[in-house]
Amino acid sequence: MKYLDEYRDGDIAAKLVERIRRVQTRPWVIMEVCGGQTHSIVKNGIDHLLPKGIELVHGPGCPVCVTPLEMIDKAHAIARCPDVIFCSFGDMLRVPGSDGDLFSIKSQGGDVRVVYSPLDCLKIAKANPDKQVVFFAIGFETTAPANAMLAWQARQMGLKNVSLLVSHVLVPPAIEAVLSSPQNRVQGFLGPGHVCAVVGYAEYEPMAARFHVPIVVTGFEPLDILEGVLMLVEQLEQGRAEVENQYSRVLDRAGNRPAQELIAKVFEVSDRKWRGVGMIPQSGFRLCEEFRELDAEARFSVEAIDTMEPEVCIAGQILQGIKKPHDCPAFGTECTPQRPLGATMVSAEGACAAYYAYGRHLKDADLVTLGNGR
Amino acid sequence: MSAGKVDEREETGAELGPFGSCPLPIFEHPQIVLGHGSGGKLSAELIEKVFVSRFRNSTLEKMDDQAVLEIGGTRVAFTTDSFVVTPIFFPGGDIGSLAVNGTVNDLAMGGAKPLYLSAAFILEEGLPATELERVVDSMAAAAQSAGVQLVTGDTKVVNRGKGDKVFITTTGIGVVPTGVRMSADRARPGDKILLSGFIGDHGITILSQREGLEFESALESDCAALNGLVDAMLEAAGGEVEGFRVMRDPTRGGVATVLNEIAGRSRVGMVLKESAIPVRDAVRGACELLGLDPLYVANEGKLVAVVAPEIADRVLGAMRKHPLGAGAQAIGEVVEQHPGMVLMKTGVGGTRVVDVLFGEQLPRIC
Repeated sequence: MKYLDEYRDGDIAAKLVERIRRVQTRPWVIMEVCGGQTHSIVKNGIDHLLPKGIELVHGPGCPVCVTPLEMIDKAHAIARCPDVIFCSFGDMLRVPGSDGDLFSIKSQGGDVRVVYSPLDCLKIAKANPDKQVVFFAIGFETTAPANAMLAWQARQMGLKNVSLLVSHVLVPPAIEAVLSSPQNRVQGFLGPGHVCAVVGYAEYEPMAARFHVPIVVTGFEPLDILEGVLMLVEQLEQGRAEVENQYSRVLDRAGNRPAQELIAKVFEVSDRKWRGVGMIPQSGFRLCEEFRELDAEARFSVEAIDTMEPEVCIAGQILQGIKKPHDCPAFGTECTPQRPLGATMVSAEGACAAYYAYGRHLKDADLVTLGNGR
Repeated sequence: MSAGKVDEREETGAELGPFGSCPLPIFEHPQIVLGHGSGGKLSAELIEKVFVSRFRNSTLEKMDDQAVLEIGGTRVAFTTDSFVVTPIFFPGGDIGSLAVNGTVNDLAMGGAKPLYLSAAFILEEGLPATELERVVDSMAAAAQSAGVQLVTGDTKVVNRGKGDKVFITTTGIGVVPTGVRMSADRARPGDKILLSGFIGDHGITILSQREGLEFESALESDCAALNGLVDAMLEAAGGEVEGFRVMRDPTRGGVATVLNEIAGRSRVGMVLKESAIPVRDAVRGACELLGLDPLYVANEGKLVAVVAPEIADRVLGAMRKHPLGAGAQAIGEVVEQHPGMVLMKTGVGGTRVVDVLFGEQLPRIC
């Protein structure tokens, strides 16, 4: 299939791995920021292709995993209201709040719908004028333009029954949090390709300089990731700390201007809670003054919900790259996608779920029997 | 800082970083949720906990697609299935043809010759009579084509809103030929895994018709009766029908789910080759776009067969000569290692586990 198979070629992959091997002289710890990259790495077994000494750790870039429990509880409170059609991206449905998940609410009679584009909510709102249509607007910068477009168009169309429950987070503050941690082990980043397709990567340059850490903005196919690793290892070996762009077929330094303009019209940067973390200043978006009337939190009076997050699993440390999923004693035993103990096991993009689904809970010995263990 | 956090630190010897810990959610479902019908782990749990535990008997415990019963010296295959698809008409079929072919296939997967079907209809008040007639015409045509007769049935009507146009339950019986003995616990190391053609056509066709996700596609459901293909396969094996270990039609839950069931029940491992699994570009494209995996997408006219290595080439050849098996491939083999687990060699040379999904496959956010 065009535009896919080219980036999944086993022979080219082997050549890239060989080039990494030739360049590398010592161990390096690399974090892939995006959940989509984590998913691709484990789905294709890329971590097992890399030379020994290149360690990939999984970053905080899974939007489902970092949405705070409090926000999930707010979503559930709204979805339980009569005459509400609650619309969400698919993988939020299984994320547990304090009491069940959106699937449970649906089974109890709530009208919960999976949408593939936020703009689907407009159609639903027009077809159901006597219902309130609420969209769960989560994600990083990647989903922000489409979510902003929903607010924009709802207002243009004069739809009074549309609102957004906004829980938007931003990547740079998360990377900064990782780098500022006293336990930080990460020496280089595979930057978030889709996020940078929207916002560009100029804002990463001061961070690379300040922390002296290389960032290579990278795509999501196996060859993208291997090439991104190669570019990072080259920088690390040469002592450089620059922002480079592996994903140039999709994005440039400036990003998508019209998308940025739309975001700026609808959202403003605000403090945000992260799941397991608490508040990070200036780490997310909320609706700006002009669009505040579309804020579902106010419309359904759920602002006061303030859930304490019990501390049980090590997902926080996994999101930060300090630990790997199989470092957790519960991984694959008490904690499975069926009975997740933590957010990283809930979303398919979460590091634990990705590890589980693609078999990193297997012993290396099992993979060796197949001839491709390390 | 909570007590839990302190314990954590003592145990791991690590300072907690800025991302702290995450919460322990409640994950029991006191109600039935859609995932219970997904064919994944939630379904399996429901069946085991609620049904098998109460009806327990040696036939049921085999958990095959059909029960095989010895009645008066004849081995009779017996199965039942309900159909609730939305929309009821879709490219390549409709709920009627699906209801006939689905039950015919469940019989054929036991190697049985399907003979007679019953059909029970739950009709929603307000269903246009012409739509019902169209469904029943389609059932009659499917039955004729599969060589089975509909010999008994039932009709009920429920209030508007208490059903969804029409639900159909079909039950079927057939006769299992001498020597044929297929069951999910019979796979053994060295066996070959054969797949009869392109996967995911039905599931993606249905998805493309659903509200909120209409996308342009020339895809059609692969809905078909597989008993003719099974006959051709059994014939190719000649006297060695013993070499047919197990056959399954990978409907909901897809190929991944049936292979996991077989690996689990036979206590063997499996190794698949991703590059050998046939997926149409239209299905791959839709799956890439939505973040789905075709291995878990439903089929309604495909089969997976685990066969002894001695007959594998002959059987595969016979499949490819049959119109419903033209795209057949050997997609992997049964191994002794990692019992109960299905692994796959990926296109770029890595390895991944192909696990059972626990509920419905959910589109990913980005």
